[in-house]
Amino acid sequence: MPAVSKGDGMRGLAVFISDIRNCKSKEAEIKRINKELANIRSKFKGDKALDGYSKKKYVCKLLFIFLLGHDIDFGHMEAVNLLSSNKYTEKQIGYLFISVLVNSNSELIRLINNAIKNDLSSRNPTFMCLALHCIANVGSREMAEAFASEIPRILVAGDTMDSVKQSAALCLLRLYKTSPDLVLMGEWTSRVVHLLNDQHMGVVTAAISLITCLSQKNPDEFKTCVSLAVSRLSRIVSSASTDLQDYTYYFVPAPWLSCKLLRLLQCYPPPEDGAVKGRLVECLETILNKAQEPPKSKKVQHSNAKNAILFEAISLIIHYDSEPNLLVRACNQLGQFLQHRETNLRYLALESMCTLASSEFSHEAVKTHIETVINALKTERDVSVRQRAADLLYAMCDRSNAKQIVAEMLSYLETADYSIREEMVLKVAILAEKYAVDYSWYVDTILNLIRIAGDYVSEEVWYRVIQIVINRDDVQGYAAKTVFEALQAPACHENMVKVGGYILGEFGNLIAGDPRSSPLVQFNLLHSKFHLCSVPTRALLLSAYIKFINLFPETKSTIQEVLRSDSQIRNSDVELQQRAVEYLKLSSIASTDVLATVLEEMPPFPERESSILAKLKKKKGPGAVSVSELEEGKREGGELNGGSDRGADTAAMAASNASTPSPQADLLGLRSTAPVGSAAPSAGSLLVDVFSEAGPATPSAAVNDDGFLSSAPPSEDPAPPLSEADELLNKFVCKNNGVLFENQLLQIGIKSEYRQNLGRMYLFYGNKTSVQFASFTTTVSCPGDLQSHILYMQEHFVEPLVEGGAQVQQVLNIECLTDFCDAPLLNIKFRYGGALQNLTLKLPVTINKFFQPTEMASHDFFQRWKQLSQPQQEAQKIFKANHSMDTEVLKAKLLGLGTALLDNVDPNPENYVCAGVIQTKNQQVGCLLRLEPNAQAQVLSHTHTHTHTHTHTNLYSCL
Amino acid sequence: MQFMLLFSRQGKLRLQKWYVPLSDKEKKKITRELVQTVLARKPKMCSFLEWRDLKIVYKRYASLYFCCAIEDQDNELITLEIIHRYVELLDKYFGSVCELDIIFNFEKAYFILDEFLLGGEAQETSKKNVLKAIEQADLLQESEDEYLSVKIFK
Repeated sequence: MPAVSKGDGMRGLAVFISDIRNCKSKEAEIKRINKELANIRSKFKGDKALDGYSKKKYVCKLLFIFLLGHDIDFGHMEAVNLLSSNKYTEKQIGYLFISVLVNSNSELIRLINNAIKNDLSSRNPTFMCLALHCIANVGSREMAEAFASEIPRILVAGDTMDSVKQSAALCLLRLYKTSPDLVLMGEWTSRVVHLLNDQHMGVVTAAISLITCLSQKNPDEFKTCVSLAVSRLSRIVSSASTDLQDYTYYFVPAPWLSCKLLRLLQCYPPPEDGAVKGRLVECLETILNKAQEPPKSKKVQHSNAKNAILFEAISLIIHYDSEPNLLVRACNQLGQFLQHRETNLRYLALESMCTLASSEFSHEAVKTHIETVINALKTERDVSVRQRAADLLYAMCDRSNAKQIVAEMLSYLETADYSIREEMVLKVAILAEKYAVDYSWYVDTILNLIRIAGDYVSEEVWYRVIQIVINRDDVQGYAAKTVFEALQAPACHENMVKVGGYILGEFGNLIAGDPRSSPLVQFNLLHSKFHLCSVPTRALLLSAYIKFINLFPETKSTIQEVLRSDSQIRNSDVELQQRAVEYLKLSSIASTDVLATVLEEMPPFPERESSILAKLKKKKGPGAVSVSELEEGKREGGELNGGSDRGADTAAMAASNASTPSPQADLLGLRSTAPVGSAAPSAGSLLVDVFSEAGPATPSAAVNDDGFLSSAPPSEDPAPPLSEADELLNKFVCKNNGVLFENQLLQIGIKSEYRQNLGRMYLFYGNKTSVQFASFTTTVSCPGDLQSHILYMQEHFVEPLVEGGAQVQQVLNIECLTDFCDAPLLNIKFRYGGALQNLTLKLPVTINKFFQPTEMASHDFFQRWKQLSQPQQEAQKIFKANHSMDTEVLKAKLLGLGTALLDNVDPNPENYVCAGVIQTKNQQVGCLLRLEPNAQAQVLSHTHTHTHTHTHTNLYSCL
Repeated sequence: MQFMLLFSRQGKLRLQKWYVPLSDKEKKKITRELVQTVLARKPKMCSFLEWRDLKIVYKRYASLYFCCAIEDQDNELITLEIIHRYVELLDKYFGSVCELDIIFNFEKAYFILDEFLLGGEAQETSKKNVLKAIEQADLLQESEDEYLSVKIFK
């Protein structure tokens, strides 16, 4: 009988679950649930106080309903009540409900945090674990604020039970992941690292995840973990399979811990200490050796656990990339797995070999497996394995095997799964270009691609082949001949028509000598496809035709007739109609010379990173984001070519872009070759950006009534800081929140918080108009030497579009490295009604933000004051107060400055005395400050002293 | 690990554990998409697949699928054994566990998981230690009155 029978059989719950399971239809289920919800609601609202058991039962029912996928909007309060129950099961259910259904209702969070606080201080390990689990499960910022400083204490305290330590370590990890700024290890660092030596394997297993994460962010502070990890690993690897008792899993000693240790070591370069390194290499060799030993069990769990360690060790070997011997051994081991009967192992071997292929030491060794990998591509039954094989072929490709690999990938494409075709096409296109020795092979390959998988050949791919053909005159004749032949096929892909139209339009003359491909034959061939094509392709073909008129005067009358036909000149599509009209006119009024100039051959494209490669990188990047970026690009591309430039020599091809929206304009290098004069600044934003250097952009006059806006030059360089920026800045010396800037268009609000040497600033950009701001970008810069070594700022980017009336938020993380004087600059650029707005403000980050107040008694104060009396430690200044010297106002300001205001310290009650420590990453600077107001003359004289010289100046500038 | 899902062959979700903050809407979308993807796979296929920028590791036990999403750097095989160890824990606790046990005692399934994995990382891999923690809790239930007066640890 299951152990549950011991516990709290909640009969009502079981009955309810059975009822739900017996429901014959979705409707019946919903009906039953609604009935139950009504029942629970009335119980919760009823006058009769519910006992703990009933409360627990109903909360549990709500949880069940939620997990079925229904929304739950009540019961939170009852769950919170359960948290403070003395009965374990009630508490436990309360915590479970909170963990699953947390809701950022601030009032509730406060109550939850209170209950957690009580349990954490209960010294009852079972309760403490429950509370820690809850924090780890919810992991919200509010919880981090409440507990981030308490948990490290629990983690390293000598009297904490092991199970609590384990929970505390992972709880802290979760908080660190959500709010790294709030989890400050500082003094705990070394004790946390030493948990790697803990006697209890469970503690090490939990703590190492925390240490790994912290090491990734602060490698220097945690670097002592390397030698500890190596010795721990060495002890595990060399232990007999029974030494570790319950931590041995199917005869494999501590597989989880081993993997985590190997993973931790991947945060660091190879150990510098020879002895440590020797020991580690020994471990890695032992792991590789064990892979060759006969298995101790036939169970798959045994081999999985063993191989998990092996793969993690290989990852470490690849990460080091410095031990040729180990790399080759790893490669051979993976080679064995390539033919293993376990699909999982074949998959992982292919995946892991991909990274090995990029190491110079093992690249050749990987290449020896080419036949096996090709075979995998052909015969694996699982598409995800075939995908890995294709990736590996791509990774192992070089000049020596490119032709074979490309051929195999092409033939695979014919039957490849739809889901991976596009990526395969990109890969083939890249390899063909990268390793092309003769470009006729390249042209053949791309045309084959179009033939085999035309639907998956993205624009980038066919643009690229055109770029290359245009740039290399040795391949142009061959390309013309090949496309001509390809177009003979009765059914050819539209992408083939595009490439064919483009290339024949440019280089048809190179094959026109052969009567089988005379100008008229070429034209008729192209035109035979015309009616089957989409509008963008037709537009491109029309452009090819006008190029034909220039190349082959004998085709002029035939083509003019085509252009003149009703189906062209009265085409319902504006784009096609306009082209037909303009090309017809151009061909009949322009002289041969003019025509020859206007329709000249395309100039070579500037060399740049292959656009296909860029696309593949994007494809590989984090899914959703890259797709949306791509779409963004497409939209901009569309706007950009909104029918603005036309009629110049590139127009023939450029115009075709108008109806095939994509980032192609950039790709084809049109903007750099297009004559500047044809640009209309009213088009999309990108266009104006690009031409703003060459020709003057005309900002819309609509907003020029605003003083600031008219003064801001519409250039791309950040504007100089506003004249009132300093004044705006001063407002924030003593406060952290408020409105930083406001004009007719934009309001910028600030909320900031500081903790020791770290700060976080939230910037709120409000669009006050009803019109969208486009291309909205913000840049934070640190002038002069503030740049890198004084203040470190990390910004999160904002969306480029701010809708009318909307507000967007940006978060800045700030770290003060040492003391500084100048404030960082915030530059904001956006387009309002087409005009570029460019404004620069000073961010209110001043040295006093990093003050930590220090309380001290009169005696201490003056003792320190005397100690700090050397000339460079002391400064004083007399200045006229700008404001009235109301005591309360002054007090508030001094507190706002961040120091502690010390009462009863100075013998003269009129004086103000403050103390604080400025926290920077590199040092802590203690400051003592005395203010002596002189009410009659409105003059304050002002002395302060501390440990560091030029901080005086900086601090005074704040005062 | 970013999340773990348990669902039946019919696509009914039996347990969900999320280790990254996501909205309910996103969770539902991910669940729907993954359940569909995994159920469509044939028995002999490999247990790993790429999905968005995550790696999915799944395994079927009787009528239930256990499915974990891990990050690029994480180890697939050890995750597979995480699943297995969890199944062992359930099995040991319920005594030859079946889908019904998890339906009717879902809260226990959550408690066991919390003892084993926390914040998406293995907390305690020893079967004995995890079960000891859970059994202790069960004992607390049995004699709560007694518990109230006695259990104060150092």
